[in-house]
Amino acid sequence: MSVTSLSVVSARKLGLTFETGDGPVHALSNVDLEVSKGDFVSFIGPSGCGKTTFLRVIADLEKNTDGEITVNGMTPEEARKSRSYGYVFQAPALYPWRTIEKNIALPLEIMGHSAAERGKRIERTLDLVNLSGFGKKYPWQLSGGMQQRASIARALAFDADLLLMDEPFGALDEIVRDHLNEQLLKLWARTEKTICFVTHSIPEAVYLSTRIVVMSPRPGRVTDIIESTLPKERPLEIRETPEFLEIAHRVREGLRAGHSYEE
Amino acid sequence: MKPDSLKNRTLPVLTILVVIVAVWYVGAYFMNAPFQRDLDRRGNVTSTAMEFVGKTMAQPKPVLPAPHQVAQNLFENTFLRRVTSNRSLVYHAWVTLSSTVAGFTMGTLLGILIAVGIVHVKALDRSLMPWIIASQTIPILAIAPMVIVVLAAVNITGLLPKALISTYLSFFPVAVGMVKGLRSPELIQLDLMRTYNASAAQTFWKLRVPASIPFLFTSMKVAIAASLVGAIVGELPTGAVAGIGSKLLAGAYYSQTIDIWAALIAGSVLAALLVTIVGIVARIVDRSMGGRPA
Repeated sequence: MSVTSLSVVSARKLGLTFETGDGPVHALSNVDLEVSKGDFVSFIGPSGCGKTTFLRVIADLEKNTDGEITVNGMTPEEARKSRSYGYVFQAPALYPWRTIEKNIALPLEIMGHSAAERGKRIERTLDLVNLSGFGKKYPWQLSGGMQQRASIARALAFDADLLLMDEPFGALDEIVRDHLNEQLLKLWARTEKTICFVTHSIPEAVYLSTRIVVMSPRPGRVTDIIESTLPKERPLEIRETPEFLEIAHRVREGLRAGHSYEE
Repeated sequence: MKPDSLKNRTLPVLTILVVIVAVWYVGAYFMNAPFQRDLDRRGNVTSTAMEFVGKTMAQPKPVLPAPHQVAQNLFENTFLRRVTSNRSLVYHAWVTLSSTVAGFTMGTLLGILIAVGIVHVKALDRSLMPWIIASQTIPILAIAPMVIVVLAAVNITGLLPKALISTYLSFFPVAVGMVKGLRSPELIQLDLMRTYNASAAQTFWKLRVPASIPFLFTSMKVAIAASLVGAIVGELPTGAVAGIGSKLLAGAYYSQTIDIWAALIAGSVLAALLVTIVGIVARIVDRSMGGRPA
């Protein structure tokens, strides 16, 4: 296999301009990025830096107006149509009239899996997110953290190799977030998926990622890409090591260089 | 049922009922007193105050019948007559009910159909809504006779014309409610369907329809009451021989005020019953769709 075939997301001079009543808004400008198979890439930056927009372009929920992007070697639209990725939104977005297992079954129903196959996959993904036994519950019967785990299970159910996560833990308290971060790393190690993860938390980005993409607003652009030197095995305590703090410092520097702390 | 539901729910309702009945009695006395005084004077009858009050409550054709007169009439015509008898309120209620339910069913289906069209076809979205709203600004009393006459001219009589008037009144709340309901899914839920590359039909059946169910039942509660009004109004101009509307009309012809009031109450009991039934079905459906118990 050649090196290029391992590229999952490849963006060159990517730009996206929204035409608004107050003139054009440059949500993304000149973004160059390669995400390889098995990477855990975090996108960090202040509001308006285009990190969510970039994720939505990968997912074909927005269309780029400049440059090029491929996902699994295809256009984002083709990638979406061949169901190449699972998307986890900021909110769990579980359907309240479906039980947890029915929610996980939703993409499987749409993609035409048999009932037996659905049952098998539901059981497996519930186990992956430590929600075994909660399948028959309705979303409102679960805590916010459990709901978000269920939405991750839903994104994993149809075996897409790419997982796009848009601030999935942003609405949760820090204790729950720590716990879920740890679980997410384990899940990533077990499933060997490629993960693109949007966050505005520096410790979260550093703890989770193999690469950290630092972004800045007006126009939304990449200011720094930091390769993590942390080992793949990461207990929560790693966040107190000098190595961790050094990477966090570099992220902070990158944000400052992009004027992210102004205003 | 919660132990304090009697205190919290039944008691307030009963209190209001007692107040209404009291006001009604007072009103009946004052409304009927002039006629009674006239009658007494001409007949040279003198009566004590208490006797006089009693007489104002016992006239055969009072201006405002007393509650017990209406209650007695209601009881006799509901329970003491054969249900096939022309004097039975059950018979008349049944006639009205059948066209109400027929009209409600058609109205609900039509309303859903229109809503689906509006949500999915941009041209309909722009063109249809103003007409739908305009349709409801026309007084039903003006439309009803025309519908009956036009349909009678093409030999359609009986239940259907009345049901069509119910349909006319009931499709509107359903259409408006369902447009809102079918559009109620949040952007994030629609985006989710897009990431699955779901077809429009899948998005419709798996997201829009279930999301719209609570809206459907809310509008159906309004629609069923409107259907009943439509059925009664439909019976008024037709010289219909049966139904709550015909009972009201006959009462008005012959100044049978007690009959009118009894028919009115039969109509409201019917309305309350229908709305309650829709409410119960709504609750059952809500539970089966994982609704959080209130």
